[in-house]
Amino acid sequence: MIHQDWLFGLIGGLMIGTSGAIFLLVNGRILGASGVLGGLVDGSGRANRNERVSFVIGLIAVPFVLTFLWVRPDTHLSENLAVVIGAGLLVGLGSRMANGCTSGHGVCGISRLSARGIVATIAYLLAGAAAMIIFRHVWGII
Amino acid sequence: MRNFMGLLVGGLFGAGLFTSGMTDTNKVQGWLDLFGAWDPTLAFVLSGAIAPMAIAWRAAARRRVAVLGNDLPGSPNSELGINLIVGSTLFGAGWALAGLCPGPAVASLSYGGFGGVAFLAAMFGGFLLSPFVKSFVENIGRAVSNAESIRQNKKSENW
Repeated sequence: MIHQDWLFGLIGGLMIGTSGAIFLLVNGRILGASGVLGGLVDGSGRANRNERVSFVIGLIAVPFVLTFLWVRPDTHLSENLAVVIGAGLLVGLGSRMANGCTSGHGVCGISRLSARGIVATIAYLLAGAAAMIIFRHVWGII
Repeated sequence: MRNFMGLLVGGLFGAGLFTSGMTDTNKVQGWLDLFGAWDPTLAFVLSGAIAPMAIAWRAAARRRVAVLGNDLPGSPNSELGINLIVGSTLFGAGWALAGLCPGPAVASLSYGGFGGVAFLAAMFGGFLLSPFVKSFVENIGRAVSNAESIRQNKKSENW
């Protein structure tokens, strides 16, 4: 039997992919979280700012509503503020330097067999696995 | 209409992240922790997400413009620059460190507590730093390839 978490993972994944499919076919846009947000933060996405803002409102509001209708999940985020801020800086910096994160490179890039998407995904998976060894098993900070 | 669709797409994306468990940092760290209690959930999420997107790219290839009349994205940029590799490596390290990437960080804003807000603020700081680090890395890359070509030239002179 399939593990319940895996089943929810698959269903949630299909929803993520469907949202990306609608964004592409209806709005003509590639769904990348770091791209949509980054364009708002640094002002480079001024041309379609309202579309980006609406996206972010939906992205915050629907999970908020689901915490009342369904469950209130625990993010299990580290209590160590230095770890959280360091990680946030790395995620923000790295995803903008590479022009994409898990959604843009991992989902949208791989699904069109883009070389950049595939290379980026391999690089961040390897770096993530290596970082896990260093941060958790060597230094023990997470 | 574009804005309404943006709201709908953002909402469905958020619901998907919520349902899949991707806002639980334990799941992400469990996936990356090959030498701990490995959690394969993320593989189900990624394959579930890639399937509809792959169909959408095929459908997009047969269309001239998007449904709302906007241009569709052009063919993918194939340039594998140093910033793609360095950026993805930094991103992967941060992703492992906290177990959050940009989508889930925003999706969990309403229930992620103060830590979630601090992560988002730091991430926005990272966005703003990126142009400077990007040109720095590009300059290093250029310097290395210049040094390499000088070395190559010297070698051929010695011959």
